Amino acid sequence: MNTATMTENTTTLTISPRLAKSVRRNIKERVIELILMLAALSAVFTTFAIVAILFYESFGFFKTVSLVEFFTGTEWTPLFEDAHYGILPLVAGTLTTSLVALAVAVPIGTIAAIYLSEFASHKTREIAKPILELLVGVPTIAFGYFALLFVTPLLQKVYPVLPGFNMLSAGLVMGVMIIPYIASVAEDAMRAVPMSMREGSYAMGATRFQTAIRVITPAATSGIVAAYILAISRAVGETMVVAVAAGQQPNFTFNPTEGAATITAYIVQVAMGDLPHASIGYQSIFAAGLVLFAMTLGFNLIGHVVRKKFREQY
Amino acid sequence: MTTEMKASVLKNLDAVRAMIRRHKRNDMLFAMVGLVALMLGLLTLLTLFIDLVMDGYPRFNLQFFSDFPSRRAGSAGLLSAWVGSALVMLVTFLTAVPVGVAAGLYLEEYAPKNWFSDLIEINVSNLAGVPSIIYGLLALGLFVYGFNFGQSILTAGLTLGLLILPIVIVSTREAIRGIPVAIREAAYAVGATKWQVVSDHVVKYSQGGILTGVIIGMSRAIGETAPIITIGALTFIAFLPPSPISDVAPFINFQWLDSGFTVLPIQMFNWLSRPDHAFHINAAATGAIIIVVTLLMNGTAIYLRYKIRKNIKW
Amino acid sequence: MVNITTPIKAEARDLNFFYSNGNQALKSINMPLYEKKITALIGPSGCGKSTFLRCFNRMHDLYPGNKYQGQIVMHPDNTNILEAGVDPIEVRMRISMVFQKPNPFPKTIYENVAYGLRVRDEKNKRTLDDKVEEALKGAALWNEVKDRLQDLAFNLSGGQQQRLCIARALATDPEIMLFDEPTSALDPIATANIEELMSELKEKLTILVVTHNMQQAARVSDYTAYMYLGELMEYGDTNQIFTRPTRKETEDYITGKFG
Repeated sequence: MNTATMTENTTTLTISPRLAKSVRRNIKERVIELILMLAALSAVFTTFAIVAILFYESFGFFKTVSLVEFFTGTEWTPLFEDAHYGILPLVAGTLTTSLVALAVAVPIGTIAAIYLSEFASHKTREIAKPILELLVGVPTIAFGYFALLFVTPLLQKVYPVLPGFNMLSAGLVMGVMIIPYIASVAEDAMRAVPMSMREGSYAMGATRFQTAIRVITPAATSGIVAAYILAISRAVGETMVVAVAAGQQPNFTFNPTEGAATITAYIVQVAMGDLPHASIGYQSIFAAGLVLFAMTLGFNLIGHVVRKKFREQY
Repeated sequence: MTTEMKASVLKNLDAVRAMIRRHKRNDMLFAMVGLVALMLGLLTLLTLFIDLVMDGYPRFNLQFFSDFPSRRAGSAGLLSAWVGSALVMLVTFLTAVPVGVAAGLYLEEYAPKNWFSDLIEINVSNLAGVPSIIYGLLALGLFVYGFNFGQSILTAGLTLGLLILPIVIVSTREAIRGIPVAIREAAYAVGATKWQVVSDHVVKYSQGGILTGVIIGMSRAIGETAPIITIGALTFIAFLPPSPISDVAPFINFQWLDSGFTVLPIQMFNWLSRPDHAFHINAAATGAIIIVVTLLMNGTAIYLRYKIRKNIKW
Repeated sequence: MVNITTPIKAEARDLNFFYSNGNQALKSINMPLYEKKITALIGPSGCGKSTFLRCFNRMHDLYPGNKYQGQIVMHPDNTNILEAGVDPIEVRMRISMVFQKPNPFPKTIYENVAYGLRVRDEKNKRTLDDKVEEALKGAALWNEVKDRLQDLAFNLSGGQQQRLCIARALATDPEIMLFDEPTSALDPIATANIEELMSELKEKLTILVVTHNMQQAARVSDYTAYMYLGELMEYGDTNQIFTRPTRKETEDYITGKFG
């Protein structure tokens, strides 16, 4: 109904106040729905903006730096006089700290999940699950302090030549940080295994351990693997622990007892300085960020696909 | 039944019992290992907290909260940091809560189940997995230079608002999903419009759940360091932003939004990055304070959720 | 009437059972299981027949707070399997169970059948192969799966899955086999297969079967017990129960006036 017919209507016949009210009501309802929809679309805008900004700034970067140098160069010194732009040292640092973290978090997190899901009493679980959530919420800067000023000195007592900045203690602490995450997600996957399967196993005379290892864990594999993959994504994107404890010197090595910068640590290091907008140094953190974003996006997507698969299984 | 048969059954039973004893030992062993694995995260956090408190205890006094940062560790304080944190949180709250709740309402109550809602959903879950430092890069490119907000409280608040948006959306949706269809039908049956049903009933009954999500999101935002560093926040701030409340009409002003600032985790990172050990004491004290604040917030949220689950029985 | 020369394999003596919420689901039940016979439990839903069945392999122990009172005595060793000192695992190694809905493990057909043996630490490949084949033959499944033993069990049809679960329960030579409404999730042809199988199995072992289907009870069982509200109302030779029930309630249930 457009305004012309409306005025026409009012001149020829008086529309009932009830109808008018209902029209107003309808318009109000529509406007509200539109506002709510825009709010929901903010998620899409954000993703779009992230991708756009990363690509836009990286584009400027890749006008100066060739893709070949970026992906194959083994030196990363964008802020030096003699600048090199090989991302590999940062990727190596990121992967090394992440692998150390996973080496800690995967076994311990999985064992904790099995314990929680198959061994712990209902009461223990009720207490432990919220505590795990609390642990996930501890700010990572606090863990950075712990890695630098508690774990590293401790490790140096055993291994005196360990430098003050090293990937080992950063990775170890990051691993402990990720344990609750893996434990919680993997436990969810194990609880989702139907009770009938447990009963089937126990009815054959299996113990808890046998049931957990031979039936529940295989049945929950995809959920557990999804937990690992999402954990990798977290480790790769973790910033403060590595920026504080692993050092900020790009170093092309996979040796965890050395110090090395990760992608995130590099971004922090540059941001702490005073770089002019649109300089190559400024652009370099977006190029590095793009690589990080691609890595975590890849892991997250794989994780979600795997997790979806396990949900559909039963 | 011959005695011979009986003897064979009994002999068999002895073997079975021996085997069960063996299996049960494995069970016990695993239960012990599992408990240790589960406790490891908790014990580490406890160690971390005790370490921070022991290192930082000389600074636990009111002076620490009322002093500006200083070149001398002993007289440096947290005043600008905690005021900055509070103001940034205010902006974060004011952006993330309305947008997040509106988005959650749209997705649960309005969105048609088609590719469009799928698109939004995929974006929300993807954003939840994007490393926080990437949000920093987004803000640096978009808010700081794109919109020319500069390295201000507004930029920081918006950045953290975007960061916790997925948390608020997801918890809103979960809270709404718990409301039975019958309640909605009852309201429609007496002639309410969709928005009346949503605002009078759906929002009201999901308040608790939404609040839980908001608290968890805010506690995450308080401890976030990486995105704030990335936007180029200064770390040495010896002034306070203009007060949001003025003594002349209209009694509020918005100048503080443009002000430079620092926040608690940044201040901690700054002190932690200095070689002088005296500043590490300040960092430890700040870390302990941040942990207490976030644990209190998360604890409140988890307790609240527990209460809601216990009390409401539809 | 009851054949006195047949030995008793197990018997419930004054058995009471309480769920963790305090509900008494079984009220002083006394009933024998005759060796190498099929005993059927019938009664309306909620009468406690499945609860009773699950006492025989201590399934209720999986959930905290459940409580048994009284005895279930196994012969010839006279063990009261409900006694606190008796490990439920030991009971389950002697008494296996087939569930209402087929519940194969997410493993291959072979590994499903071999599960009980592996749980019992059997590692010899020859023994495993032989036992798996024997059990699958015993469950009348061998011809259908002998060429695809390494396939996932989930790929079998519902009826095949249930026979696989029977093979799994059979592979460890149990003394008693429990069937909890084994055909309720199956089509008529698969049901007929399972019923035929049960009749063959009783050559070797004692069977207790819960069924909501009275024709099934009449077709397969030697003895029938009618339960109502946690009580054993009537127990006897299947022919007698279905032709000359002594109690009015049993007759009403059997003739379909009630239940």
